[in-house]
Amino acid sequence: MSQDQPRVGLFVTCLIDMLRPSVAFASVKLLEDAGCRVEVPRSQTCCGQPAYNSGDRKDTEALARQTIEAFEGYDYVVAPSGSCGAMIKDHYPTLFAGDPEWRARAEALAGRTFELISFLVDQRGMTSVEAKLAAKVTYHDSCSGLRELGVKAQPRRLLASVEGLELTEMNEPEVCCGFGGTFCVKYPDISNEIVGKKAGDIEASGAELLLAGDLGCLMNMAGKLKRSGSKVEARHVAEVLAGMTDTPAIGEERK
Amino acid sequence: MESQSHDFKNRSSGAIKDEQLQRALGNVRKGFIKKRADVAAKLPEFEALRDAARDIKNHTLEHLDLYLERYEAKVTESGGKVHWCASAADARAAISSICAAAGAKTVTKGKSMISEEIALNDHLEKDGLTVVETDLGEYIIQLRKEPPSHIIAPAVHLSRDQVEADFRRVHRELPEDRNLTEPESLVAEARSILRQKYLDANVGITGANFLIAETGSSIIVTNEGNGDLTQSLPKVHIVIASLEKVVPTLEDATAILRVLARSATGQEFTSYTTFSTGPKRAEDLDGPEEYHVILLDNGRSKMLGTEFQEMLRCIRCGACMNHCPVYHSVGGHSYGWVYPGPMGAVLTPSLIGVEESGHLPNASTFCGRCESVCPMRIPLPKMMRHWREREFEKHLSPATVRQGLSFWRFFATRPALYQFATGMAARVLRAMAGSKGRLSRLPLAGGWTKYRDFPAPEGKTFQQLWAEEQKKRRKAA
Ligand code: SF4
Repeated sequence: MSQDQPRVGLFVTCLIDMLRPSVAFASVKLLEDAGCRVEVPRSQTCCGQPAYNSGDRKDTEALARQTIEAFEGYDYVVAPSGSCGAMIKDHYPTLFAGDPEWRARAEALAGRTFELISFLVDQRGMTSVEAKLAAKVTYHDSCSGLRELGVKAQPRRLLASVEGLELTEMNEPEVCCGFGGTFCVKYPDISNEIVGKKAGDIEASGAELLLAGDLGCLMNMAGKLKRSGSKVEARHVAEVLAGMTDTPAIGEERK
Repeated sequence: MESQSHDFKNRSSGAIKDEQLQRALGNVRKGFIKKRADVAAKLPEFEALRDAARDIKNHTLEHLDLYLERYEAKVTESGGKVHWCASAADARAAISSICAAAGAKTVTKGKSMISEEIALNDHLEKDGLTVVETDLGEYIIQLRKEPPSHIIAPAVHLSRDQVEADFRRVHRELPEDRNLTEPESLVAEARSILRQKYLDANVGITGANFLIAETGSSIIVTNEGNGDLTQSLPKVHIVIASLEKVVPTLEDATAILRVLARSATGQEFTSYTTFSTGPKRAEDLDGPEEYHVILLDNGRSKMLGTEFQEMLRCIRCGACMNHCPVYHSVGGHSYGWVYPGPMGAVLTPSLIGVEESGHLPNASTFCGRCESVCPMRIPLPKMMRHWREREFEKHLSPATVRQGLSFWRFFATRPALYQFATGMAARVLRAMAGSKGRLSRLPLAGGWTKYRDFPAPEGKTFQQLWAEEQKKRRKAA
């Protein structure tokens, strides 16, 4: 390995770590293909979003400090999730507005933190991937990645280079899927109403595979699609871009 | 208006089951969003205008006392009178006494959310006055004795058939074969009744989109022209406005007007933009003899200098609710107070207290679409989060949520223990799912599995697998 390879700390995200490690492995592969050295700090757990969005400042700060400490030594921090990426990049600095030392540390980290796909395209200049998948797919723009980090064109650009893949846009790909972290369990009826509309749009697109960049949204949409008997499968976009689609799709039976 | 916000959950569940309402909300989702997008795309400087509009309001709010005093001086100079009202009760009392002094029996009203906020109609009716709403949407909901469900389209929750039925119920002399299926025919029908009311009214009450400090003028924008008649025919014109409506100059107001109509209805400009400055002068042919401004605070000055100050930039365009997935699902009435949607989720707790409205700032997925379309660039999710923080500090959030979070933090701040626990959980859930790949029922997660399957974990956590892989890689090297 040459010295000019940047050291990337992979922020695995708590959902991916526990529920779908294949996304993290796909991320490692994509980052290595983009010339990075990848490390996974063991002292990371969760970015603190559930506490933050529940108004629990103290616990959020505790988790933010832990995350900052875990990732301080790296050239970049990359998360295969727009919402965790935005938490570190956009929200950590404002958390410590009244604490100059931690604020400086948070800002320094924020400046080096990226969502996976935008990192590959915007920072590493990746324009294509070596992957094959003969499938008609549709892509959901998860809210935080889209609106807080500007992730929109990058995944589509890389998907266009996947051999055999056909992208078909659903109606309103930018509309929230109704996951919203704790929202989906606090307001199940409303969340279901929103994801129900989303599932309808996904079905209507004619795609056989749904892709997105956030596991939370994917679990929500896949869970709804499966409950309503849909044949549409769901995967994190990184799995497709890394050519790692031999594991069953999210929520699918094991062969 | 009495708050029903604590009942948000029940109301929203009912709204979701209401098929007629859901059809009506489909119109919000389709119509408003597309129109705004089209008209914004046609104006290259739209984003720059939003910045300018935000800056104007920020400047004004920084010097609010100054501009309000200047405004009052100008109104007085033009022969009008400003009534400073700290509370809804003060405003109602001031309006009552103006109406009494004018010997009023009938009052016509243009659309005004403030008058909803202070429950003015009920109050004036108790005084023995007849109150007639002149905006078509307001007129319809007045017939139905309902509150508005949207700040610019008060009757958006209704279908044409419902409105037609209401008209036929109340307008007794309406011929059976009269066609009422088009909005124009409804406007014409309402107008035929309203014409006489305008002439009967001794007092006309309007809201205001802007108050101009430079000239002492107030501005209303409408699409039906009803505001013009409301304020020019009766002897007395009362403007009710909250104090953050003031802007320094006419030019400032017109700059903000350019983003207002585009954001609200997707029009480049509304059909009528009406300025009024003081009562009729000696040489004027028409206009009111008296001109009063009810300048309402009702909790707004308490927002100044706090993290909620930015909310006072709101120009009530409704774009945030038009783009909100939660509003689309539950409609305006679910929110239980005057102001629905994302703007209501911030404003309602500011005005009536978070104790009365705790659900509202929580009932958001934080998708951020409201902020992305707000012409005044109000960071709505951020401010909802501030409310959640206040609620959490005051121990108003549910005990289950608080316990869940402290349990989560206990593990999440102890990485080794955390990894052990998540490793166990992943294994157990995997075993529960068997080869099925998903769980249709999960203890403690009924909110999820009521409607969705829960995708099962793959088996081991990434941290476990990564440690194994590192070992392999080291051996190979
Ligand atoms: S918050 Fe913004 S989008 Fe919503 S009504 Fe006010 S100005 Fe319009």
